[in-house]
Amino acid sequence: MTVQPDAQAAADAAEIMTGAEIVVRALVDQGVTDLFGYPGGAVLPIYDALFHEPRLNHVLVRHEQGATHAAEGYARSTGKCGVVLVTSGPGATNAVTGIVDALMDSIPLVVITGQVPTHLIGTDAFQECDTVGITRSCTKHNWLVKNAADLPHIMHEAFRIATTGRPGPVVIDIPKDVQFASATYVGPDKARRGHNYQPRVEGDASRVAEAVALIAGAQRPILYTGGGVINAGKSASEALRAFAKLTGAPVTSTLMGLGAFPAADPQWLGMVGMHGAFESNHAMHDCDVMVAIGARFDDRVTGKLDAFSPGSKKIHIDIDPSSIGKVVRADVGILGDAGVVLEQMIAAWKRLRRAPEPARLKPWWAQIDKWRQRKGFGYRSSDTLIKPQHAIQRLYELTKDKDVYITTEVGQHQMWAAQFYKFQEPNRWMTSGGLGTMGYGLPAAVGVQMAHPGSLVIDIAGDASVLMTMQEMSTAIQYNLPIKVFILNNEWMGMVRQWQQLLHGERYSHSYSESLPDFVKLAEAYGGKGIRAEHPQELDARIIQMIETPGPVLFDCRVERAENCFPMIPSGKAHNEMILGEDVADIGGVIDEAGRKLV
Amino acid sequence: MTVEPPASAYEMAHDVEAETLATFAVLVDNEPGVLHRVVGLFAARGYNIESLTVAETDRRAHTSRITIVTRGTPHVLSQIEAQLQKMVSTRHVQDVSKDPNGVERELALVKVRGVGADRVEALRLADIFRARVIDTTIESFIFEVTGAPSKIDKFVDLMRPLGLTEVSRTGVLSIERGVETL
Repeated sequence: MTVQPDAQAAADAAEIMTGAEIVVRALVDQGVTDLFGYPGGAVLPIYDALFHEPRLNHVLVRHEQGATHAAEGYARSTGKCGVVLVTSGPGATNAVTGIVDALMDSIPLVVITGQVPTHLIGTDAFQECDTVGITRSCTKHNWLVKNAADLPHIMHEAFRIATTGRPGPVVIDIPKDVQFASATYVGPDKARRGHNYQPRVEGDASRVAEAVALIAGAQRPILYTGGGVINAGKSASEALRAFAKLTGAPVTSTLMGLGAFPAADPQWLGMVGMHGAFESNHAMHDCDVMVAIGARFDDRVTGKLDAFSPGSKKIHIDIDPSSIGKVVRADVGILGDAGVVLEQMIAAWKRLRRAPEPARLKPWWAQIDKWRQRKGFGYRSSDTLIKPQHAIQRLYELTKDKDVYITTEVGQHQMWAAQFYKFQEPNRWMTSGGLGTMGYGLPAAVGVQMAHPGSLVIDIAGDASVLMTMQEMSTAIQYNLPIKVFILNNEWMGMVRQWQQLLHGERYSHSYSESLPDFVKLAEAYGGKGIRAEHPQELDARIIQMIETPGPVLFDCRVERAENCFPMIPSGKAHNEMILGEDVADIGGVIDEAGRKLV
Repeated sequence: MTVEPPASAYEMAHDVEAETLATFAVLVDNEPGVLHRVVGLFAARGYNIESLTVAETDRRAHTSRITIVTRGTPHVLSQIEAQLQKMVSTRHVQDVSKDPNGVERELALVKVRGVGADRVEALRLADIFRARVIDTTIESFIFEVTGAPSKIDKFVDLMRPLGLTEVSRTGVLSIERGVETL
């Protein structure tokens, strides 16, 4: 049989459609099933095209920031790309917080923004803003589409750029006249690649060998893993587990990396960093070989930089060349995908002429056990007040056997969630790590629940954070998304209060949550269920009631108001100067003037 | 020449390292916003741009060449290189100041106002620097001088006491000697 070129050409020619239809068709061809957005004047043609497209499920949020966080939660929990559709001007500017959040935490997002018609750009037209200018520094890449013929190519390339290499947000700004104009559609396989962009996935073999030799010779190794392992997919988490098993090394993780390594594994030390586990911070400080995998030596992890893990050789595996050596010098830097490089390291380890004795690490583990005995997450329990740590522990115990996803807002509750909720699998933990966006968790939970309709999705929240994006409760109601918002209500911006208490002479400047709403009534006003727990004795029953409620719940968990989050590496101190809750009569005295000036 | 790396990050001393000048040649896709991204990554991180030149160099391949002279510690310079490399629109980045085969050239237009002996001396020095006179009045010259930035600095310094009134410089361009290309 011969292919008839004319017939083929005719078929291709038939694919002429409007710019708006191209957008929608490209989304379908990219495998998108859900997107989050809010209509407006400059994006109406695309909404019109969506009206006729049954394969795309559009979730109407209540604020564009919510759309971006929902898309982040969706992306983080599925490994797919999140998609956002908003209008020009305020639609785009409202989305900026979520775009920056996605950039900081390396979340793949394609954000489509409407723009005023081409001939009005630059005239201060109604709802005009310089979207590509505003988002240039907070996107991995962005485009202003001037010609409908470029649109299919840009749409497909946008997904490639957002999802490959170090993932991140991209913005496609589409003027209204381009949405109306006609052009030929081009599918993903035929789309032109406008850039030379081709991230390196495989690590340099000689450096991999060098790294493995270092680890094999180490007496006190540690694997320090980050969000990059989650981003590299489930296979990367599996490779991490296999490599940890082979080497016998302890494993710690950043806030973003929780779940890549199972918390139930005896090799797990707990989270590293300012409010991380006592044992993992001490192990980071005293190790002789540190293997950083998809982690970026954030200041919340390193503490005082010139006292950070002073005696160790550092191996840094990252997909982003600018991360390697950015903060801490790498003795061996390996550019590549976390999963692929870990597989290479496993293969190189198996090729070692003499496999290292497992017994070599015995003294190291003995030391780690001593640190573990310090029980860094200890807190004083109470019979009369609900301790926030206890609330998270009970939440964990009562939900751990379920198919559960956790999101958080930002602050004390976020740290307690990271400390006390144990994750065994990747993609189960959604939190705003880099940007620290209060208001992330509720819309993120909306996105997660959309992707996993049958799962239990809980936003562990604070009373202050959750009010920043509370309106997304309305979205949850509209789409029957049974999210559970578990508010640790201490009537304070808890982390701000903690710093003011410890570092600013107990001057509580504007950190008290005056005039809080009645969260139970608020839930009811939205059409959801409100549940309140005030005493430790009723906590379990109320949590079970929350789990068993079929719809969205606001859970007002009244906790001890003045509880502080410990352990803590005080500002300007090293990992081995971490302080425990029990030693803090006067933490203000521990932090010097220079430390007070740090963020 | 390679320097023995410090045993650990503890021995690093970012702040006390001396700053040096570096010239980066960057080949980018010629599309709107690229220059903004380049300038933005410098501005956002507090890096300084000493000079910047940009023009389309290959119309068919749609590429522009940007030459940036910047100043920083070795650590900052390697971070700048990595950040430039990371841009989606970047095709190639090279630190040409590290390249022994690198050639750097700049063009300057220099206006000198004077009469009598100063005027004669200005013309004589211009001759030594192989500067061309591209405009003259009875009390002024405009010289066009090309060369390494240091040569132009020197020329400008010499003209100052002779009635220098205005200088316009292109910024640095660079290319590699021999058959190799960027």
